[in-house]
Amino acid sequence: MMRLLAPFKIAARALRRNKMRSLLTMLGIIIGVGSVIAAVSITTGATKQVEDKVASLGQNIVTVFSGNFSSGGMRGGWGSAPTLTVEDSRAIKNEVDNVVAVSPEVRDRSQILANGQNWNTQVLGESPDYPQIRDWDIVNGAMFTDGDVRALSKVAIIGKTVVDQLFPTDDPVGQTLVVRNIPFKIVGVLESKGFNLFGQDQDDVVIIPYTSHMRRLSKRTFVNSIMVQAADKESIVQVQTDITTLLRDRHKSAEQDFTVRTQLEVMQMATQTSRVMSVLLAAIASVSLLVGGIGIMNIMLVSVTERTREIGIRMAVGARGRDILIQFLIEAVTLSVAGGLVGIALGMVAAKVVAASTGWPTVTPVIWIGIACFSSAGIGIISGFYPAWKASRLDPIEALRYE
Amino acid sequence: MQTRPVIQLTEIHKVYQTGEVEVRAVNGVTLNIMPGEFVAIMGSSGSGKSTLMNMIGCLDRPTSGTYFLDGIDISTLDRNERAVIRNAKIGFVFQGFNLLSRTTALENVEMPMLYNHARITNAEQRARAIKSLELVGLATRSDHKPNQLSGGQQQRVAIARALVNQPSLLLADEPTGNLDSQTSIEIMGVFQKLNEAGITIVMVTHELDVASYCKRMIILRDGKIRTDEWVAKRLNAEFELNKLRAAQQAVKLA
Ligand SMILES: Nc1ncnc2c1ncn2[C@@H]1O[C@H](COP(=O)(O)OP(=O)(O)OP(=O)(O)O)[C@@H](O)[C@H]1O
Ligand SMILES: [Mg+2]
Repeated sequence: MMRLLAPFKIAARALRRNKMRSLLTMLGIIIGVGSVIAAVSITTGATKQVEDKVASLGQNIVTVFSGNFSSGGMRGGWGSAPTLTVEDSRAIKNEVDNVVAVSPEVRDRSQILANGQNWNTQVLGESPDYPQIRDWDIVNGAMFTDGDVRALSKVAIIGKTVVDQLFPTDDPVGQTLVVRNIPFKIVGVLESKGFNLFGQDQDDVVIIPYTSHMRRLSKRTFVNSIMVQAADKESIVQVQTDITTLLRDRHKSAEQDFTVRTQLEVMQMATQTSRVMSVLLAAIASVSLLVGGIGIMNIMLVSVTERTREIGIRMAVGARGRDILIQFLIEAVTLSVAGGLVGIALGMVAAKVVAASTGWPTVTPVIWIGIACFSSAGIGIISGFYPAWKASRLDPIEALRYE
Repeated sequence: MQTRPVIQLTEIHKVYQTGEVEVRAVNGVTLNIMPGEFVAIMGSSGSGKSTLMNMIGCLDRPTSGTYFLDGIDISTLDRNERAVIRNAKIGFVFQGFNLLSRTTALENVEMPMLYNHARITNAEQRARAIKSLELVGLATRSDHKPNQLSGGQQQRVAIARALVNQPSLLLADEPTGNLDSQTSIEIMGVFQKLNEAGITIVMVTHELDVASYCKRMIILRDGKIRTDEWVAKRLNAEFELNKLRAAQQAVKLA
């Protein structure tokens, strides 16, 4: 085994003899790998947060918005064109395969009064399927029913923020809430969901039956959007296609007057930024590692020249070209891998510091640790090879005569 | 069968081409050295002694001529094969000491074993290096670095390094070059002991009295052998050393 370990022993001795230089040489790789790991940790954390937010929309969701985003700008914004109806939603539920839940959605902002307090909040009209679609539990009381929808009942469920604002001390269930002079009975309280992708407080909400909303509050005949839940991930695309076909058929307009978005697409749009970031990172990584590699090659070349005599002595006592090549390669790889490891550690620490001071979550993917180790070893081999080869080609007599 | 020569040089030439000038450093040397010999090579500066030694030591290749070492034709070997031969068969003590600086005596002596074909454990390397240092009387200085050692001590480390792979041939280029006469005699004592133990020794020296510790004396001039004769009145290092010490004692007593 000795012949395998010997070059490591020689390399370790050589590096220890020149501690300061070894450290400075590693610095390039340390900074390169460290910044990459820190940046990757931060962007991965951010991406994961976005993904969590998108997942918090619900499971396997397909959303139909009125209006067409892709034609002629966003006239009036998403969901504002009066094209979708309650009948459309009924047709989707009855005619499209693999649809497990549907909720027509009507949105409005209103001033609400209760318990002697008032609060401006979002009032949504939804179907009883809504909590299931959004994967959103009722923690207190129960969701209103299909009967309530048919009867245009004046019932409401409310989010955590509304509870905090209007009922800081009492149990809200059973109490009354007044929206535009119409009293609604609170039947349930939703579990807290936090902020959504766009930084809106999802808990700042009052949800009533869509029929009550359309007839009693907003006096509308069109819905803003329709939320549809597909049976599973695999059927999402089929559901999207079938809804498109169905609604085109129903609306019969020349231009498509609605848009069907799947959760997958939302996810893709939301993570677009971080994908761009990743490409940018990869570019920074390559540049900084290239610089680190050049640093190592430079020092190894200096080292070979400086140690010409040593190389001559080693050859004179029987080191073959290969032994010298391996010795210098191992020195280069030891430098770069040690630098890489220190860089990984420092990068993770830096990410943690950022996380602590900004509140962004950071995640260091194991694969990137692997990539960092692997590429620093690779840099060592590549940048060390030429100097090592040069050393191995020296003539022992000339090397011994070198001053 | 008659014993075969360890070193068999036939019409060896070494020509250096420096610009316009052609230097015939070694100019037709034919020489046989048998196992167990103890040869001194003498000659004025520039007569080609080091050049010849480097070729005998498989460090350098002759421009022409053949060289058999232990029956192996060296001229057919490539650089790696010559490295293996240097490691296994030859111990070389250089004109300068050529120790690794900032490296302890022990590590310097261990170094050739790192390139040995045989697998030698760490412990055995250490043991052998220490034994080698003991042989040259330097075991107590094993953790000293070259710059912490005197010239004579450095020379002994170089000899210990040359011996550590148990070579059958020891080549030394002016091993006593920079040493005072007492240390020179001590080094010659080490050589005589090694030679008695069966190692063939070829050494270069400028000094006639150093050469008289050897068995055979060869004088080079302009790259050619001028004289090749047995040493008539061979000196014994141990005896000479005792004589010298007695003399020093007398001076002090006086
Ligand atoms: N690399 C070289 N290039 C050109 N000429 C050389 C080279 N090496 C040696 N010589 C020449 O070869 C001749 C013999 O040199 P060598 O070193 O063998 O002498 P030497 O007998 O060992 O002398 P010294 O006693 O001073 O050590 C000298 O004239 C020297 O100038
Ligand atoms: Mg010389």
